[in-house]
Amino acid sequence: MKPFTYERANNVEAAAKAAASVQGARFIAGGTNLLDLMKLQIETPTHLIDVNRLGLDRIEKTEEGGLRIGALVRNTDLAADTTVRRDYGVLSRALVAGASGQLRNKATTAGNLLQRTRCPYFYDIRMPCNKRKPGSGCGALKGMSRSLAILGVSDACIAQHPSDMAVAMRLLDAQVETMGADGTKRAIPIADFHLLPGETPHKETVLNAGEIITSVTLPKPVAGTHIYRKVRDRASYAFALVSVAAIFGKDGTARFAFGGIGAKPWRTAEADAAASEGAKAVAQAALAGARTTEHNDFKRPLVERTLASLYRQQEARA
Amino acid sequence: MTPVELTVNGREVHLQLDPRTSLLDALREHLKLTGTKKGCDHGQCGACTVIVEGRRINSCLTLAVMHDGEQVTTIEGLGTPEALHPMQKAFVVHDGYQCGYCTPGQICSAVSVLEEIKAGVPSHVTENLDRVAFSEDEVRERMSGNICRCAAYSNIIAAISDVAGESKA
Repeated sequence: MKPFTYERANNVEAAAKAAASVQGARFIAGGTNLLDLMKLQIETPTHLIDVNRLGLDRIEKTEEGGLRIGALVRNTDLAADTTVRRDYGVLSRALVAGASGQLRNKATTAGNLLQRTRCPYFYDIRMPCNKRKPGSGCGALKGMSRSLAILGVSDACIAQHPSDMAVAMRLLDAQVETMGADGTKRAIPIADFHLLPGETPHKETVLNAGEIITSVTLPKPVAGTHIYRKVRDRASYAFALVSVAAIFGKDGTARFAFGGIGAKPWRTAEADAAASEGAKAVAQAALAGARTTEHNDFKRPLVERTLASLYRQQEARA
Repeated sequence: MTPVELTVNGREVHLQLDPRTSLLDALREHLKLTGTKKGCDHGQCGACTVIVEGRRINSCLTLAVMHDGEQVTTIEGLGTPEALHPMQKAFVVHDGYQCGYCTPGQICSAVSVLEEIKAGVPSHVTENLDRVAFSEDEVRERMSGNICRCAAYSNIIAAISDVAGESKA
């Protein structure tokens, strides 16, 4: 690991200011992704700002009838929260589908949104990767791409977004609340939070230098059957090949968000609109514009079959 | 070097550490508590699992400085050869290991798993999110972050079930 200096932040304003003023500074919370990448020298921060004691670890009701989740709420606590379990079941389900018990005890809400891709070419510093080293090329395009994205990809990058939690957040229309280095607060709809790779895959979110996530808010609960289905190579502790978060309403409407297939958590209005027509129509709408490789073309039928399985599950419950 | 104060297995320790030092290396290299094992050093195998502030974590994926002032329990703090922790005893009785390298992590994890079930933390296999209860499936799912290359899994499940009072034997 490359040397770095370390400080513990005591308030949000100071943390944001410090992060913007020191070149190469990074926030550290759970550290489960960042430290892994630092050991491999994929991430080489010069300064770490430990935000663990900023007190952003509460879950509270909002005036609008929704929920405000502190940036530092651990994945375990969010999944176990009684309001989340009762009113936002899909979020609880998505959280416990991710990682291991040990990692969920450390990993935070904000850190989960910022976790980086698991593309094997991003992880291997001997390989070209436009995300890790802009301009070096993409090893995955003509390489091993079985796990990688088929939606929102570009000629520069086909990395997939690895999060389960973020897929549920996308389904629930979450907003990401931040504070900038100058103290400015803003709320970013999760649909706009992650950037598509385009020609600049190293830019992954709309966050500015020093800008810190303070909380994530959820609107009022969405009634219906909440389901999160994750398809992966092992029954537990593996990243998604395809995952689907869904809420089926009693009136035949439904909403869907997808993981494992997108450069970011994927959701389209067209897929939601096709809900009453069944799995095939929803899959077709969701996969519009999909660009597959020889190795990951299986994700197209897998999306449809996963959706079909969700429809069966929800019909059985109805 | 950064000063770090920890309470490890009930004993207060003061260290001067390079900020890069993982909690795992602080325990093994600086405090000579070598019960906790380094397997992959990337949070994939679970051999380094310890209990910090009452929760199991991968000690390889966290910096010691981030835990200044906190309580750490390692396998050495759960029990002693003369007075084994019930989970340690159950692993012996049920032969829940072969080479033993993953065992300290398995045991720390297992102790926490039973606490998590008691606390109502749901898992991926929990049918009803409001009703979290012990089952072998729950244990299998919750222990998936601890790999055993000797594949002593069935005996590990038996040991944990025994401690939970759910033994079939």
